[in-house]
Amino acid sequence: MKLRLNQKNIPLLATIAVFLLIYLAGSVLYSNFFSLRVFVNLFIDNAFVGVIAIGMTFVIISGGIDLSVGSVVAFIGVLAAKMMHDFGVHPLLAFSICLGLGAMFGMIMGSLIHFFELPPFLVTLVGMFLARGLAFLVSLNAIPIKHPAVNAIIDFGIPLGFRAWLPATAMIFIAVTLVGIYLQHFTRFGRNTYAIGSSEQSAILMGLPVGRTKILVYTFNGLLSALAGVVYSLYTSSGYPLACVGLELDVIAAVVIGGTLLSGGSGYVAGTLIGVLILGLIQTFITFQGTLSSWWTKIVIGVLLFIFILLQRYLSKAGAGK
Amino acid sequence: MNQVQWLRSENFQRMLWPLMALVGILLFNLFFTPGFFHIEIKDGRFFGSLVDIANRAAPVMLLAIGMTLVFATGGVDLSVGAVMAISGAIAATVIRPDYVKGVLEYGEVQSLFLVLSIPLFFSLLAGLWNGLLVAVIGIQPIIATLILMVAGRGIAQLITQGQIVVFIHEPFQYIGSGFLFGLPFPIILVLLTFTVTYLLTRRTGLGLFIEAIGANSVASRFMGIRERLITLSVYIFSGFCAGLAGLIVCADIKAADANNAGLFLELDAIAAVIIGGTMWGGRFTIFGSIVGTLIIQSLTTTILTRGVAPEVTLVFKAFVIILVALIQSEKFRRLFSGRMARKKVPAS
Repeated sequence: MKLRLNQKNIPLLATIAVFLLIYLAGSVLYSNFFSLRVFVNLFIDNAFVGVIAIGMTFVIISGGIDLSVGSVVAFIGVLAAKMMHDFGVHPLLAFSICLGLGAMFGMIMGSLIHFFELPPFLVTLVGMFLARGLAFLVSLNAIPIKHPAVNAIIDFGIPLGFRAWLPATAMIFIAVTLVGIYLQHFTRFGRNTYAIGSSEQSAILMGLPVGRTKILVYTFNGLLSALAGVVYSLYTSSGYPLACVGLELDVIAAVVIGGTLLSGGSGYVAGTLIGVLILGLIQTFITFQGTLSSWWTKIVIGVLLFIFILLQRYLSKAGAGK
Repeated sequence: MNQVQWLRSENFQRMLWPLMALVGILLFNLFFTPGFFHIEIKDGRFFGSLVDIANRAAPVMLLAIGMTLVFATGGVDLSVGAVMAISGAIAATVIRPDYVKGVLEYGEVQSLFLVLSIPLFFSLLAGLWNGLLVAVIGIQPIIATLILMVAGRGIAQLITQGQIVVFIHEPFQYIGSGFLFGLPFPIILVLLTFTVTYLLTRRTGLGLFIEAIGANSVASRFMGIRERLITLSVYIFSGFCAGLAGLIVCADIKAADANNAGLFLELDAIAAVIIGGTMWGGRFTIFGSIVGTLIIQSLTTTILTRGVAPEVTLVFKAFVIILVALIQSEKFRRLFSGRMARKKVPAS
């Protein structure tokens, strides 16, 4: 074998292959599928999923999991809408408060996980209940967001030509991805998450700040969940307490399909970006197809998830066998 | 075993906190909710808040019984809610095969045996799928069951074509709303499942085997325990419990709702198991999980009778679960018993 592939990169390459395959199939089967506008729409419609998926990548690489993200999006969305609509708070102030709350929420969960050695899925499950309940506490109904400043944000965008338009929400998604790539590959924080995910014991013995990094990872994810909540409320121009039920599963699926190992210690933010785009592509494909019902999305995502997990399993076994 | 020994035994200690929590909630109601403990007998049937709590908790109790064993092997089954939806969807489709095509006639009346056995068979199959992924292929349980959780609801919607299939089938409805010996039939089903599971796990070596696998699966394999087979059967059993719970819910509302049947119930079941004192991978107590379910349900009912919006109960649930989990955390207890000085290197 002349061309040596790094074991760890195979899931990522498989992800890229699947993306190209679906994209190619769509382009051949349907006219207008291969257009800049459809491609840019992937970024617009999945901006909120993508923003959380970046945070979730760090959480999963560090060996944890966060199930609370969907509820946090709903809570932040409805809280921001309530503040603006009922109390007349300026949107920028409201969004800043929301981001702060999200980060605090993540920090508390991270602290519980670290200091009391509770399993991450239990703590974040509780976080999921709590955030959803708080969302209902804020309002039981959807609240519209109407504010000149919000409209200005929504209307802000860069025309790309070919009838495509890059709005602020998609820009946030791309910016977060770039920040994620920077944090992951060029900072100590990024390297520490890999170390903790590979072996927490070794990380402790190496003298790495395990506790601080763990709490930071959850804080960062909480902050991004809140940001996704803001993006989602801009996307829908409203806050709704029942929004994004089951979003955490889509996000985890995107991260796994993006090539991140669920056992921790391996994965890339760039892969997650492609994972998110694949989920979006499946939905676009089903929309273009027209006769398939929306529940096929769930089944296809489930099957893809299965294939990728099987691939990861095979690779880690092959790696261990050496 | 005499009385004092029993009080000191590990099992009783484990049960103490959950039981106290349940008694606390019931005492609160004794003083603040008039008529809470009132049970009347009408037509030889028991009615009252307590019977109602047990009846409403029945599906989650079944899920919790299956989940307890899965938990004890160091796994978790996230797919139970989706399996409930699948089982209900299949039962309704067996009763009205052509409803999704727009045919309103029932055709020939299906026998109760078919209506029950076909959904349960597919529930076993769903459990087998989870078990194969976990025990044979070796995928982490959270992720293995996540697949069916995502895809399962899609499959249920595929079966009902996204519609809510309503039906009338007297014998089948009995499963959800009938009475036997004066008690609602779901409670009888729970008692039956509980007794069988208890006898199987505690009067044979099976319970110890399951705990051994949860504590250390490699060591248990070297001990000669057929670890794969037992793990596999535990997931199959969880699938069966979920299927049964799905049938109860479906028979109770006389309809199969693929979107909402069993939605979030996996969380309630996991919460009940943890509140009940079962460790993740290790000692388990099925009775504890039943108590855990009763705590959650009586808490919900209490909050409802206080006149708080039902959705807000989630906040209370969250606080109760985290509190119980903290009390069970060794580090948290040490914080209060003031022995923080002796620092422990985390095991594993």
